Amino acid sequence: MTGKMAIVGDGDSIMVFQAAGVSAFAAENEKKARDILRKIAKDYEVIFLTEELARPLADFLKRFDETPYPVVLPIPSGKGGAGLGEELVRGAAERALGIDIFLGVAPRGSSEETHQ
Amino acid sequence: MARLNVNPTRMELKKLKARLNTAVRGHKLLKDKSDEMIRRFTVMARENLALRREVEGELSRIMREFQVARSVTPAYRAEAAFALPSVAVQAECETASVMGLDVPKIALSASGKGGLPYAYFEITSEADYSVEKVSELLPKLVRLAEVEKSVRMLADEIERNKRRVNALEYVMIPQLEETIAYIREKLSENERAALVRIMKVKGKSAT
Repeated sequence: MTGKMAIVGDGDSIMVFQAAGVSAFAAENEKKARDILRKIAKDYEVIFLTEELARPLADFLKRFDETPYPVVLPIPSGKGGAGLGEELVRGAAERALGIDIFLGVAPRGSSEETHQ
Repeated sequence: MARLNVNPTRMELKKLKARLNTAVRGHKLLKDKSDEMIRRFTVMARENLALRREVEGELSRIMREFQVARSVTPAYRAEAAFALPSVAVQAECETASVMGLDVPKIALSASGKGGLPYAYFEITSEADYSVEKVSELLPKLVRLAEVEKSVRMLADEIERNKRRVNALEYVMIPQLEETIAYIREKLSENERAALVRIMKVKGKSAT
């Protein structure tokens, strides 16, 4: 099966992806992003979503975890990453195992403290 | 633990024994499955975190560079330049099975020839670099998408499985065991009562 890729984000961040051949959808706020996601979820298999839009939509994005496709992946935007992706991985690990298995690995940006 | 509401008969006892047998076997199987899923999950989650850090670092750098590159051209011209992409990346989307769970498996099929969708005079050359770098990063991004989704799905599945194991271990199996014990006692009591009754009847008829 051949799938298509899309990116949803604010105007600046998505332009470079558009040039690289990923369909781009501009969304300036989370409400718009939600509408777009609803519309394109069936047509696109991989959807990149900028972090500032993904964060308020976290509950909405959970519904995509039930089926293998579409894959919605939060990515940092031009303003820099806010660590949402990492939080999601840690959250999943905590849910599955009951503990944070990355305790030894310090979160990015806090190199001095290795143990919380 | 509550006893099941059944009649204390031999039929029921036989049925319950079979059920207990199945429950114990199922519990063992599910527990093994859980162990294996957790092992795979740890491996994948570690890969996910490492990949995520790598991709995020690179991507934020590219985005910043692109913003600088873009800012030297007026916004309307930049938008016009990027409005019509000449290449479209395609991905091969399959599903793989991890412990019976369907997870996405994505491979990037050969994209366009790396051509830029705009004429060189339309925008500065720094933008070209950014576009090129994003194209280079795409396979990694796709791999991250695949791994991260698998990790999330696996986490959900582990949680569900844990619930099943616990339901069997702490509810189903104790209930069945208690009911079986109850029926056994009831049956042997009936037997004793019958025996006593027979002896009494016999004693009466002798006199």
